[in-house]
Amino acid sequence: MATLTLPATLVELNDEGFFLHPEQWTEEMVPELARQAGIEHLTDTHWQVIRFMRKEYPEKGAGPSVRVLGKTSGVSIKELYEVFPTGPAKTAARIAGIPKPRGCI
Amino acid sequence: MATLTVPDTAAAAPPRIEKVSIIISKGSLDGVYPGLIMANGARAEGIQADLLFTFFGLDAIHRSRHEHIKIATVGNPGLHLATWLGGVPGMSSVMTHYLASKMEKLDIPSIPEFVEMIADTGAKLYACKASVDLFGLDRSDFIDQVEDVITVGEFYDKAAGWQIIFT
Repeated sequence: MATLTLPATLVELNDEGFFLHPEQWTEEMVPELARQAGIEHLTDTHWQVIRFMRKEYPEKGAGPSVRVLGKTSGVSIKELYEVFPTGPAKTAARIAGIPKPRGCI
Repeated sequence: MATLTVPDTAAAAPPRIEKVSIIISKGSLDGVYPGLIMANGARAEGIQADLLFTFFGLDAIHRSRHEHIKIATVGNPGLHLATWLGGVPGMSSVMTHYLASKMEKLDIPSIPEFVEMIADTGAKLYACKASVDLFGLDRSDFIDQVEDVITVGEFYDKAAGWQIIFT
């Protein structure tokens, strides 16, 4: 059997652990990024939020806030906090390889 | 497989705030929003947060009053409005309406929606017993999201080791 070792990707992060270059992100990185964020088991809900963030970022130029996620991602605020207890928008943005959403609400 | 360059923050990072207990004691629009924003922002950062409503701040969780919280136009120098003008009947409603429309444009939720949202984040809402007694209210006057009516002693027990923010 032929084997091939693919090169590991070196990703640059800022001080808070967010991707400096969102274009470096691939879906294959998600399980490891999630583990780094303390999420061992990725559910469909996690994926739904992560993919939503990934879609919103290029369209809006920023990641959505928790409130926007609650209104538009199809996952309620209650559920968002259940699956991302360390802060839904922040954690999902980190896993989705996009900058930290800014905004006070 | 992806590898990550983890930033070296372990050296001398100050301890993170982990739990905040926020007290809302005022019943005006500008008295209520800051505490709500602080609580919601804390939860968004993954910080545990509780809210204690006391004195006129109770209006923010009062079933029939939380939709009618107004900005004070008298004795509020921040508005830069002449006192006599601030006292004109209806001025408080006009200013509140104006502010509400600005907030809507910025997608800031109304007080009832905001309080409900904060409860959904897992923050616990409490009413202060002394104020509840003083105003002749009881549990049924408050929205369902309110966890309990508690004494100041119970508040301090719950807030042991937490940061306390009074607004």
